Amino acid sequence: MTAGAGVQPPGAPPAASARDRGSGRTLARADARAGLALISPTLVIVLVMVVLPILWTVLLAFQRLRLLNLRSAGLFGEFTLNNFDNVFSASSFWSALATTLAYSVLGTASAIGLGLLAALALRRPFRGRGLIRALMLLPYVAPIVAVTFAWTTMLNPQFGVTNHWGTRLLGWDEPIAFLSQRSSEVSILGWTFGVPTALLTVIAFEAWRSFPFAFLFLTARLQAVPATLEEAARVDGATITQRFRHILLPQLLPTVAVLAVLRFIWTFNSFDDIYLLTGGGAGTEVVAVSVFNALTARGDIGGAAAQALVLAAILAVLIGLYLWRLAPREEQS
Amino acid sequence: MATATVPDRGWSRDTVETRVFGVLRVLMILFLLVITVFPFYYMVLLSLRPLDRVLQDPGALVLPPSEVNLDSYASVVAPPSAGGQGFLSFMANSAIVALGTVAVTLLIALPGAYAVSRLQFFGRRQISVLFLAVYLFPSILLAVPLFVFFTQIGLRGSLVGLLIVYVSQIVAVSIYMLRNYFDTVPVSLEEAAAIDGCSRLGILWRVSLPLAMPAIMANALFIFMIAWNEFLFALLFLIEERDRWTVSLGLSQLAGSIEIPTTVLMAGSVIITIPIIVVFFASERLLTEGLTAGAEKG
Repeated sequence: MTAGAGVQPPGAPPAASARDRGSGRTLARADARAGLALISPTLVIVLVMVVLPILWTVLLAFQRLRLLNLRSAGLFGEFTLNNFDNVFSASSFWSALATTLAYSVLGTASAIGLGLLAALALRRPFRGRGLIRALMLLPYVAPIVAVTFAWTTMLNPQFGVTNHWGTRLLGWDEPIAFLSQRSSEVSILGWTFGVPTALLTVIAFEAWRSFPFAFLFLTARLQAVPATLEEAARVDGATITQRFRHILLPQLLPTVAVLAVLRFIWTFNSFDDIYLLTGGGAGTEVVAVSVFNALTARGDIGGAAAQALVLAAILAVLIGLYLWRLAPREEQS
Repeated sequence: MATATVPDRGWSRDTVETRVFGVLRVLMILFLLVITVFPFYYMVLLSLRPLDRVLQDPGALVLPPSEVNLDSYASVVAPPSAGGQGFLSFMANSAIVALGTVAVTLLIALPGAYAVSRLQFFGRRQISVLFLAVYLFPSILLAVPLFVFFTQIGLRGSLVGLLIVYVSQIVAVSIYMLRNYFDTVPVSLEEAAAIDGCSRLGILWRVSLPLAMPAIMANALFIFMIAWNEFLFALLFLIEERDRWTVSLGLSQLAGSIEIPTTVLMAGSVIITIPIIVVFFASERLLTEGLTAGAEKG
């Protein structure tokens, strides 16, 4: 009611009297009050359930706290640097960190690459394209537990469909344990080298699972590229690869950059995929899985908090470096 | 000079590229279709075959109608007392949590999104930044303190605790998506209502919400999918309480046991995926537009 009283119709005569201006200020004040009132439930739940817990993680990381003595522990215990000391001196942490980096860089790159190929392939309209586009999004929206279970069954060495056809059609000597084998020897043209089987498999899963996200954004961006640019280039004799290289790619790069940041952040912290596929075994233990194990299997709350904090700090530094080094260059191009 | 080198036969670089990429494009579409659809097809296939047939002939890619067998479905939905896996109760738990999350999130996010879109108030910009940060925040970092906190207040193991966590993590994204839509509702409509004597809340209720209904529906379905699929917090909070397992947790826990046949669990996977696929196809256009609303600006 109070707000309604002071509203001026749009295009009101500029010769507003002092009284009108006064009521306008009241309106602004009423709006400010209403705005704060409407946003406050969200603000409260975000502060209590997200911001405070993060601050508390910092406190927990500096305490020697176990699940067993949790009930008796207060907010401020005895502060110590032990947890960080343990994290940094454990070789398992560094190998988990290296795995996390390899997993997120390769997973992000292959998901965006596959998404780009899909967006380009499905660019021109044809009968049934709408349905195919919708089907492309299935891996991203389906329950993670269901799709990881389908994958583990498909890749199963005893009765999985992949190994059945791989040994018959592709000439594999024996079934490959995709998810439980740390590395295997591959020889191409007489040159033999080891590949991290399980790690590559979870990276392939990550590409499969999240390429639809990149596909969606790149398709939207492709639709916004003006057709006249490409027509002009075609008239000038530019071929498909040239048109892609000099017209589409520069237009897509900013979107690719945003996607790279988003996907990298999510992959870097992702827990579900690897936990459900391998349980962190066979050389696929990423830091998120290691945090979970510290928390539930060992009940080591301080250690889990310290690892999570280090993970977040490294992520923040990497994203900061990326934005600082790469983002300005993209704006210029 | 380029035109001078083009032979008349039509084998210019342009023609070659057009043909090569024409073929590659078709191959790429087929490849993408196979990789996206096959795991789901395989899921359905295995859920309909009897276990002994799967073990005898694991490579079969089509299902003879004579082999179709719904025993796996019967076994997975039957309650544990009848020798089944009790997926019906998992689905009920998931439905309660997911629908509750949708209701509570919308109740909180709708006024919030309206405020961020329409009203000038102190700290509006900072709040938007805070919500974006929450959206990007690693949930594994939140897992530790929330696990400890809910253990201490004794809400760990309850569906209510899980619901609160879900709402707190989704509400920021929800506001972000809804705000984009409120921005497109013409202000003049609201001003017309204000002149007719409508209060702020009246405007929100009578003008803005009905106009934003498509976006609200899309948002509700989006929230439902996230809550239905969520795994990490369900695992952390509910693992000790089998009665309260959600579908994701139930399937993942049963998948670890050796006694339960794979075909039965495949039937479980199909059952928990179907609601998502229904919701997804019901909302696909709304959702893709909502998710990419800001993408064109690059």
